[in-house]
Amino acid sequence: MDQALSDVKILDLTQNIAGPFCTKYFADYGADVIKIERPGEGDPARRSGPFFQDDPDPEKSLLFLHLNTNKRSITLNLKSDTGKTIFKELVKEVDVVVENFSPRVMPSLGLSYEELEKINPKLVMTSISNFGQTGPYRDYKASNLVQEGMGHAMYSCGIEGRPPSKLAGSAMEYQGGAMAASASIFALWAKWEQGIGQHVDLSIMEANLTSIDRRAAGLLGYQYTGIVTGREPLAQMGILPMEIAPCADGFVALLLLPEYYPGFLRMLDIPGLGDQFPNLFDMEKKGEFEAIWRPWVAERTKNEIMEKGQAQSISITAVYTTEDLVKSPHFNDRGYWVDIDRPVTGKITQPGAPFIMSETPWQAKRGAPLLGEHNEEVYGEKLGYSKEDLVKLRESGVI
Amino acid sequence: MAKLPLEGVRVVAIHLVWALPYACQLLADFGAEVIWVESLQHFPRATRGLMARPPKELVPMLGSIGRGFPDMDPGERPWNRVAAFNIHMRNKHSCTMDLTRPKGMEMFKRLISTADVFVENNAVGRMPKLGITYESLKEVKPDIIMLSAPGYGNTGPYNKYVGYGFNVECVSGFTSLRGYPEDAPTTCSSTFWMDATSGAAMPFAVMSALHYRKRTGKGQFIDFSQSENLMQWYGESIMDYTANGRVQGTLGNRHTSAVQGCYPCQPSPRRIRPEVFAPKDFADDQWINISIFNDEQWQGLCRAMGNPEWTKDDKFADALSLYKNHDELNKHIAAWTRTQDKYDAFRILQKEGVPSGPVLDDKDVFADPHVKERGFFQEINAPECGTHLYPGLAWKMSKTPGSIRKPPVRVGEDNEYVYKKIMGVSEAEYEEMAKEQHIGMDFI
Repeated sequence: MDQALSDVKILDLTQNIAGPFCTKYFADYGADVIKIERPGEGDPARRSGPFFQDDPDPEKSLLFLHLNTNKRSITLNLKSDTGKTIFKELVKEVDVVVENFSPRVMPSLGLSYEELEKINPKLVMTSISNFGQTGPYRDYKASNLVQEGMGHAMYSCGIEGRPPSKLAGSAMEYQGGAMAASASIFALWAKWEQGIGQHVDLSIMEANLTSIDRRAAGLLGYQYTGIVTGREPLAQMGILPMEIAPCADGFVALLLLPEYYPGFLRMLDIPGLGDQFPNLFDMEKKGEFEAIWRPWVAERTKNEIMEKGQAQSISITAVYTTEDLVKSPHFNDRGYWVDIDRPVTGKITQPGAPFIMSETPWQAKRGAPLLGEHNEEVYGEKLGYSKEDLVKLRESGVI
Repeated sequence: MAKLPLEGVRVVAIHLVWALPYACQLLADFGAEVIWVESLQHFPRATRGLMARPPKELVPMLGSIGRGFPDMDPGERPWNRVAAFNIHMRNKHSCTMDLTRPKGMEMFKRLISTADVFVENNAVGRMPKLGITYESLKEVKPDIIMLSAPGYGNTGPYNKYVGYGFNVECVSGFTSLRGYPEDAPTTCSSTFWMDATSGAAMPFAVMSALHYRKRTGKGQFIDFSQSENLMQWYGESIMDYTANGRVQGTLGNRHTSAVQGCYPCQPSPRRIRPEVFAPKDFADDQWINISIFNDEQWQGLCRAMGNPEWTKDDKFADALSLYKNHDELNKHIAAWTRTQDKYDAFRILQKEGVPSGPVLDDKDVFADPHVKERGFFQEINAPECGTHLYPGLAWKMSKTPGSIRKPPVRVGEDNEYVYKKIMGVSEAEYEEMAKEQHIGMDFI
């Protein structure tokens, strides 16, 4: 079935998280993404956990399985001359090359944009890196945590007096990848409309400096007011809860504005409560009010509290664990979870479509590839290599 | 000369708060014509400020999001002056029409008939109530692309649930995976990460649909569930449950296999920051992040610290022991970082090949030499705000670079252009609509 990007061809040199997440968007919406991996080792994400059944086998990394759906894998040693020649052959007929090596790697392999442009003048090349292709930090080493502190607004996340607190997982790297997906398709649009190929330089630090999650607001806020945003607590609205509170089976988020007070009273459904607390802003009664709602919350489950709160149209929700997500009626009703079958690991439930397109839906045509799984298919189809050719290339360490 | 990459694409938006406005900023920065339809009768809360006209004395109470007026002064038209929202408004066009009256809706449909894309992220039900559905837009523009981006998507049992982005992040599992291990999630700060993730992926969704339309002539409807897009950001954690039955929680600032942390640095006398109510001394709020993924980086860290005796202890002999003795290791590292300025430590560590970086506050970023060298910040003179440095472009394109061509848009600033140039409305009709308070620059 035709998908939105079925006619787009991508050579994917990416590894770990940011790059593969960029090309995952393309592959999941139909692009032909050929993932080039180092012979024998492959993408370092294959050696990152969590692993299926906690078995640290390069074919069982759940991180790799998540990020590489719908891609084909070939192995190629870009350090060998033959490998470079083969790569350049493949570059001739693709639309996009995506890479997230450190900035010196592609030029040192003789595969800079300037070189590749000579082979394919309309090529889009997207380079994702921690600090960008230029500037004093271009060769510096970073991690997701380092990016949280430099690019993103880690400084203003957490509690004053404690260290700044990072976000969940590898948020910065994922964000760099998603931004790179948008950047790459913008460059493709310029190719389609204007016939122009070009190099996209995506710095994960800069992408996160534009972040609408507090960072950009804080930066411009500093310009406007001279105030540096610190780790500020949630603004309390009188005696109403504005917090995450423990309940019978976990936690619930009660983020209540004054306008939700009547709804909150209706939810608690305790006779005479409104008369007992007629003034929402009587802060002396905060403790007394807490002594009523906290036990009410503590006795009930997160789903029960969420349903009761939402029945009153007030902003109370459960704090879901990963288990809750998979069991949630909402995400199941929408068909978000998909079982993807592949060799070695069998069927595993994975996140499905990030967005639903009515005409050209997300598809899971194949799970993440085994290392070099498509050597025969791709080298045969693109370059006409026979099985015997591939044996020779294998023996000389090229594939 | 090459045009902007998205030149010629017209996007009509009814966008709220941050997620979709951020996506539209990216589209506009790279050349799409984004026309924001506003209504003088409807002040969009938390989109152009927390209140339409906050009294000046209330401003300090509005928190980091609401208080960001130039010099903390709401001015005559506060809605054009809030930093937290002006960040995403550059390069956009704004026109006004009252969509609850037939004349406003007639104009809206006329505008849609000239558009490639319509995008909205309102609460489920609000658009249909006004008469705006994909079906009704298709009647005026058969190949229109519509992206609708409510928190939980357009269908499903939670689709009308009430809440902030923070609530949706909680329901999406994000909050359960972050925060201080000792008391999470009760001490989790409010973040707007979902807005950032949606903003990053929505332009991709829109351009994919445009490409398909170009190939086939067909428009389509995109149901962009912000929570479902967000869940991609930690798919491996979710799969640890689906494949292994393990429910992950927060690791705080730690990593599953690397040794890492956020360590305190030497107080900096330069950093007494002005506070909202009174100057406050945050000199000792200085931090550096350090991550050690392998032996080489561990040896680099040892060298950077001057190879102290404790590093030779068996407890720190290999990667497994390092991870096992993480608590104790953190104390040692912190004892060293406390004696260092965060930028000095950063340079020493990088010289030894150690992934590390200072935790930059708002002021630090403007002074950072790398950010300066790459020319990230750009000066913009906004008519009602004065001249300031704004966060620049999210990425660089070698042949069709994005640009900032228009200051943060004021309400109704482009009414003349949109009504007269795009829709061909006559002078007389324009005047009539101004009289009827469809057209104007002030909320009623």
